[in-house]
Formats: sequence, structure tokens, C-alpha cells
Amino acid sequence: MTDIRAHLDALPGVDPRAPLLEVRDLHVEFRTRDGVARAVNGVDLRLNPGETLAVLGESGCGKSVTAQAIMGILDTPPGHVTRGEVRYRGVDLLRLPEADRRKVRANRIAMVFQDALSALNPVYTVGFQLAEQFRMHRGMSRKDAKQRAVELLDQVRIPDARRRVDDYPHQFSGGMRQRVMIAMALALDPEVLIADEPTTALDVTVQAQIMNLLAELQQQRGMGLMLITHDMGVVATVADRIAVMYAGKVVEEAPVHDIYARPAHAYTQALLESIPRLDLKGRPLNVIRGLPPALTDIPSGCAFHPRCTYAREICRLEPPPAYRIAPQRIASCHFVREVLGV
Amino acid sequence: MSDVVLETRDLVKHFPISKGVVLKTQVGAVRAVDGVNLQLRRGETLGIVGESGCGKSTLAKLLVGLEKPTRGEIQVRGDDLTRLTGTALRRARRNIQMVMQDPYTSLNPRMTVGDIIGEPFDIHPDAVPGYGKARAVRDLLDIVGLNPDHINRYPHQFSGGQRQRIGIARALALRPEIIVCDEPVSALDVSIQGQVINLLESLQRELGLSYVFIAHDLSVVRHISDRVAVMYLGKIVETGNDVAIYDQPTHPYTQALLSAVPVPDPRLRGHRDQIMLEGDVPSPADPPSGCRFRTRCWKAQPHCADQEPRLELRQRSSHPSACHYAEPRITTRHY
Repeated sequence: MTDIRAHLDALPGVDPRAPLLEVRDLHVEFRTRDGVARAVNGVDLRLNPGETLAVLGESGCGKSVTAQAIMGILDTPPGHVTRGEVRYRGVDLLRLPEADRRKVRANRIAMVFQDALSALNPVYTVGFQLAEQFRMHRGMSRKDAKQRAVELLDQVRIPDARRRVDDYPHQFSGGMRQRVMIAMALALDPEVLIADEPTTALDVTVQAQIMNLLAELQQQRGMGLMLITHDMGVVATVADRIAVMYAGKVVEEAPVHDIYARPAHAYTQALLESIPRLDLKGRPLNVIRGLPPALTDIPSGCAFHPRCTYAREICRLEPPPAYRIAPQRIASCHFVREVLGV
Repeated sequence: MSDVVLETRDLVKHFPISKGVVLKTQVGAVRAVDGVNLQLRRGETLGIVGESGCGKSTLAKLLVGLEKPTRGEIQVRGDDLTRLTGTALRRARRNIQMVMQDPYTSLNPRMTVGDIIGEPFDIHPDAVPGYGKARAVRDLLDIVGLNPDHINRYPHQFSGGQRQRIGIARALALRPEIIVCDEPVSALDVSIQGQVINLLESLQRELGLSYVFIAHDLSVVRHISDRVAVMYLGKIVETGNDVAIYDQPTHPYTQALLSAVPVPDPRLRGHRDQIMLEGDVPSPADPPSGCRFRTRCWKAQPHCADQEPRLELRQRSSHPSACHYAEPRITTRHY
């Protein structure tokens, strides 16, 4: 067990003082028959230990692709990381040999997926799938590994774990399956957990259980949690910081309270205003006109300009720079002062 | 007031569970819908909320006649849909149409938009307006905010929101009074959801439609509904106007459901009185005796296992609630 840890600690360039996870200028494109889809166009993110960073955006904004690129599980081809860095404690994972990267994965960075039924292997028991990690990464015996699997299921509060360890994924309910996924991700004590829409497929009462469990486990372990979601309710409930994505870019980044109280980017503002609110009962909802852009044909300048109510000539011509409007706040909008109302 | 356009009485749908291949014997039943009474008035929206497996989609299918009920009545303008057959059934069905959840699978990819929206007229030739089918289809496209010139395009050439508009146009073709919307916006992004909801609301005003609006998103349902019914394991557990259900819920399940909805306001974090339900919804093939919610309920008493609570007005509930111990709970605002 200590072997892998020691090996990872000795990777060239590891700096314990460097940020836990840092993504810089990440570009990902998919080369398809219909042209090149630019899914991620220069994403910068940073995750600190014990922190929950929500990556918020609608379908096609590049949030899941960013996560896949960080994990190194992008479908290649058609997906290609064309530029950028993903640094874990200072080491650029994108330039690491696959064998080392595999050790970082699971041991240091793990992921929970949206659809547990398709993420788990249907022909093996959950116990086998959990134990496999201990046998592969920790060289444990079958018996010890199974014992650890039971402990893990217990930690994610699956009732009667000793018996359920021999069940197959289809024998679990949606919520219980998501617990199994979380157990699997946490098996090797990662420092970073990336959760890609972990509760989207679940009912609200089960969603609440799972989010509470994640928050609790995160606190116990001091993990950095990157929560990828489109749900502004979930974000408001658990996140410390938010990165809002649109057309493959982070358009705004801010602490959770600031963003809900006073969004600085026109898209964030429009998104928050489109939530049905009590005072809008009986009146039309605020909507964002038009459609999200096709990734094969992203508008020039600011990608949001065709849908934006603040847009002027400059928005079509020049991509907005990332304005730092407070120590922890960044917004890429030409009219950030107008959006903020200052 | 006899402006009730749709009413169900003790509506039941059990799906048989059978065993054996050649000699099939029924060994049980999934009680998807188990005794639902509801009323829909003219121009009104009745929201139906509940979690997966509560029977809300089966209810939708029963209402439009896509499933045959095991028992019960569906009255549309005085006709019991469950008893009609042949031509009479077909005529009656015109009046109650459906918008489906998934705009990606509910439109035939090999048909043009014009054919999809015009298909109801092929089935009901006498419903074609005097000015002809082509004109009617173009008008329908215009009504739902699509370009009538796109009549020859195929569904894949439209975005999700636009496809849902096509589904709405198809539902409007036969000029129904009632439209059953089964999760019409849950497959759409937030920025697009609002566009479709606004469209549904303006169509309702202009055409005097009544909606049965089924969804799991409680804030969307509150926005659009005049009255709301909460379903759990095939039964309606609480019903009332939107204020009653959202601000003064008296059934423990409704209270738990509302408290579990994450509120998009970080200031409320830690200040909400969240009810954590234990475990999962029991199987509708083997629902608990008495009150079906008792296995997850913090108020449950032995009495709840023996006697099923009826959906009725209670001493401490201003609206019908199917709980022996119905009472309001003082909570922080949910919305």
C-alpha cells in the first residue's frame, strides 16, 4: 500500500505546497464528420483541499468533457486535448506516462458518474468490483479486499452490507447504486473527488440523502470536491465556489454567496432569473432567448452575445477578457459593471 | 358549477406479474395506479407531482386512453371513456391529447414535421378544417412559435425545445379541451424550459385549455398549476391549491418532499428544516398495508398499518390529506 503512495509522492515535479488541482487553459475538441466540435475552449479551474467547487452549466457547455479530460478518460478519438495543463500538486497529468497516470487516478483523483447503472459492470457483484481496486492497487488478498469492500459499503450506509456485498448492481435501487459508486470512488482515499451530475437521475428525497452523504464524507476526509451539475438548487446547497461554464469557457467564477446575490456575468444573471420564483406566479417566466450555440460553430467574440440583452458591437468582435472584480471573483463580460449595476 | 371537463373515479391500473412460459399464472400485480379520484375544471391546470414509480405517468396514459384501466371511470364531458368503443371512443379521444416527456423519442425521425403534426388529421379526417390540412399544419406551427416554412424538415433538424413545440402543435391539432403534459420540460435545459412553459401558459389563455401537468420539478409545477395533487405509490396523498400544498402541507410525505428540494438560495443553507426520509420507496408490487407511506414516516403509529387513511378534509388540514395525523408543520419557506 505504501509503495504506490511513495511512488506518487516521488513523481517528478510533485510539490506538496502546489495547489491540489489546477486546470490551465484547457482545450478539448472532437473531430467529427460534421466538423470540429470545440467542447472546451480555454478552461481555468483550481480546487483546494476540503473545498467544494461547483461547475455549473447547461448541456453542451463542456463541463463533463472538462471532467473527463482531468480524469484522463476522454474518448480518444474523437476527443483530443489540444492545449492546456491539468496539474495535480504541480505535476502536469497530461504529460505523465499512462502507467503513472493510472496510479494517480483512483489513488488521488476519483470520479462518480451520473448513471450508476451503466457505470457499474452488470456481470460482477458490487463486492467484486469494489475489491478489485484493493487487489490491483493495493495488492491485497481476495479475502482482505472483500472485507474492505464490506467496510466501504457500510461507510456509505448501505444497510446489511455484509450480505449486500454479493449482490449485483441491478439488485440495488437507484439511490443505493449511487452509494455503491461513491464507495468505489472513495475506496483508495482520493484527495480529489469529481462528481459528474451525481444526483440528476435520482428523486429529490434520495438526492438529499446522497448530497448529505457526499458532504459528510468530504468533511471527514478533507477531500476537494468538484461537483459538476446544471442544478442551481443543488449548487446553492453545497458549493463553496462556483465556476459557470458557457460554450466551453468559464464565464464567471465566484464564491457561492456572491454569485447568487449579485451575478457579474450576463449569462449567470439570465440563468438565475430563469428559475421559476414565487413572485412570478401568473406571469411569464424570464427566459434566455435563442439556443445554446452549436459547438461546431461558436459565435465570434463573446459566445453568449446572440442571446444577451447587454450585447453591443464589441461583444460580437472581441472575446471579453477575464476581469478580476474581487480577490476571488472573475467574470468574462465586456459589460460586467452594468451587469453588477455599478 | 358544472365546468368540470375531466373527472376520474376510483381509477385503478394493475399490471399483472405472471410466472411460467406456457402455463402462465398471475402471481401478483404492480399496483401502478390504485384508486385515483381527480377533477379538472375548464381553463385550469392540475399539477401532479411525485417521485419515480408513484404512478404519475401511468395515470397520464390512462387519461388519454393509451392504457386500459383495471377499474374505474374516466369522465370526459359526461362520457365514460372506459366504456366507449369504436367510433364513439375515437371521437371522445379527440378532446384529450398528450404532450410527451422526451422530444427526442416521441417524434418519428422518418416523418417530416408537417406529417407529424398533420397525422391526427389523417386519423380524424372529419376534424380537418375547411381550409385544408396543409394550411392547418402551417397555422399550428405558427401558433407554437415555429417557422411555418420549416414544414418539410425532419425532427433532427430541430433543437430539444423546438421539438417539444412540435409535440405541442401535434397535441393541439384536433382542438382538444384537455392536454395531458407528462414531464414536458424535464428533458430541457433551464434556459429553454421557461420558453416552453411560457408557451403552454399563453396557449392556455388563448384557447381556454385545461392541463394535467405531470412533473417531478416542484418549482415548475408550482409556477404553472392552479391546483396540485401529490402522489405516492399509486395514490393521491394530498391535494389542494398551490398555496395549500406548498405553504401549508399537512401530509408528512408532502412535507418531506418539499423539504428535500434544494433551494437556489445559499443564504438558506443550514436554516432549513430538512426532513431526511430513510430508505427508498417500497415496491408498488407489494405496497405496505394501511398507509403506504408509513414505512418511511416519522409519525407512524401502529394504527397506520391497520387502517388506510382516506383522502379527505381533516381537523387540522384546510384541504384533503390522506394522513391520520395530518397537520401543518412550521417550516422555513421552501420557495
